[in-house]
Amino acid sequence: MAMLSRPVYGILSPQTGKNHLLIADAEGAAAILDLAKKTSPDFFAAAEVMFVPGPDGGKYVEALKALVPGRLYEGPSIAAAMPRLRQIFGAAHMGLRLYVAGTESLIGQVVQAASEAGIEHASIQTEHRGSWARRVQCVHCKGITENVTTQPVKCSHCGLLLLVRDHYSRRYAAFQGVCINAEDPSEIPPTEEMFR
Amino acid sequence: MGINFKKETFRDDYSFKNSPEQVRRFPFPFHEDGYMYSVNIEPHVGGRTGTVFEHLFDVDEHYVSEMQDRAMVLAEDPLRCQSLPHMTLAGWDTLELLMTEKAKSYPEHFSLTRDGDKWHWINRPLGIDDHFTFGDTSTLPYGPLEYITRQSQGDFAVLDQRDNNLWMDAGIVTTQADWSLDFDIGMNFFEWHAPVPLAHELGIFTRALKFLMAMQQGQPARRLNWTMTINPRLDTSPENFHKWGTDRATVTPENVGQKVHLRVEVQMFFRLPRSNALLFPIRCYLIKMDELVSSAKWGRRFHRVLRDLPDELAEYKGLVRYRPTVVEWLSKRDDGKPTSSGYGPD
Repeated sequence: MAMLSRPVYGILSPQTGKNHLLIADAEGAAAILDLAKKTSPDFFAAAEVMFVPGPDGGKYVEALKALVPGRLYEGPSIAAAMPRLRQIFGAAHMGLRLYVAGTESLIGQVVQAASEAGIEHASIQTEHRGSWARRVQCVHCKGITENVTTQPVKCSHCGLLLLVRDHYSRRYAAFQGVCINAEDPSEIPPTEEMFR
Repeated sequence: MGINFKKETFRDDYSFKNSPEQVRRFPFPFHEDGYMYSVNIEPHVGGRTGTVFEHLFDVDEHYVSEMQDRAMVLAEDPLRCQSLPHMTLAGWDTLELLMTEKAKSYPEHFSLTRDGDKWHWINRPLGIDDHFTFGDTSTLPYGPLEYITRQSQGDFAVLDQRDNNLWMDAGIVTTQADWSLDFDIGMNFFEWHAPVPLAHELGIFTRALKFLMAMQQGQPARRLNWTMTINPRLDTSPENFHKWGTDRATVTPENVGQKVHLRVEVQMFFRLPRSNALLFPIRCYLIKMDELVSSAKWGRRFHRVLRDLPDELAEYKGLVRYRPTVVEWLSKRDDGKPTSSGYGPD
């Protein structure tokens, strides 16, 4: 059975309304391009697109520009995009329609910022594309380790060897990491690539 | 006659132990010689004299020392007590419920005098004598939830009810069976129970949620849950797992009796009057194997329960490493005789 704390992602579909904000990273751009095939002709004129291409997403920039969105932002990282995003959320009124596509890390952090601004997470359209790398919160030191692809993983803050659980917190936008060898610190299990 | 509060520790030298009277009133959680999940919720009404259910909020001989241990945990990690901004009213509801019940059940130890919103609270065992204004947080040294739960044994989760679900939006958690309030705060009923194996498939949580959402004020309910703890440590938190996890590898046939504890949670549910939140106290009771087998029936039965426990549950409860040693030790105290039904020690 799937872990019930873990978000379920869907497929972006156009919502009624005039005020659309679309956020994507890397392969998530392809989800916006797929959405564009289903939208009315004037959809993107009143939309803002925020895109974080990362190392692999540069190939989508021209195609996104060709949608001629009302505003197009291209940022170097999710972290760099967050202040701009928070400002939009802070000023947003009820009619804002939110679409997020890409890595689980991006979706989690956008939903987190939206929730802090009072936007109900269930009202956000999400679609997963690309990497399944995880954000992991160390339950011991509370530090967050980004882009985790292995099981177990060493906490980038306190150095404990963490079992990456499927238990997920929307508030932290992170999976839970718990010391994997707490019962016997001399046991060092092999590290495997798990989250690609 | 008042309670004889003991001076003892739940860490370092682990001087905790139960008096013979406290052993007799232990809330043994198995009514038959086996265990599987069930909703097992029953009305929480005052029970027989000499049981932990005599009063709605049991105060026992460990009270003062448990509160000292809680203060130490909070000093190290303030994130163990949190309350989302919309939960302050539920905190006042909690304070009112705990103060009125304590003063009613144990007048020799606690008193509450109310003059409109001017309240006077005396907690003699902890040496507290405070005047404050009900509803005005600035008149207390902590928020209302933290103030009163620093004076109440057991963990407390406060659940907001909305959108056909319950949300873990406040709590104080320092004596937990390995779950993190800090991680789970803000989650709904299914989300915070997500890591529990088997029970989702059995429909346990769907039925439990339906029951809880329909709960009425003045009709509290309770259920029992259990796990095991090596050394009488109250703070078996995931936060500190890397500090206490090694204890699980220290069990030997010689030390089972003193080191291995059955840990029982009396979980209670109260509908709160102003906020309509649900208060979910989780009271932890510990008993050493030596103390447990002082009742022949409990010793026999716990042997059979632990021996036959499904592996998934043993894994989830963290018993895998020491279960064989404890089962072997208990088997020598199980003469194979039938046990009477019910929880009592005989």
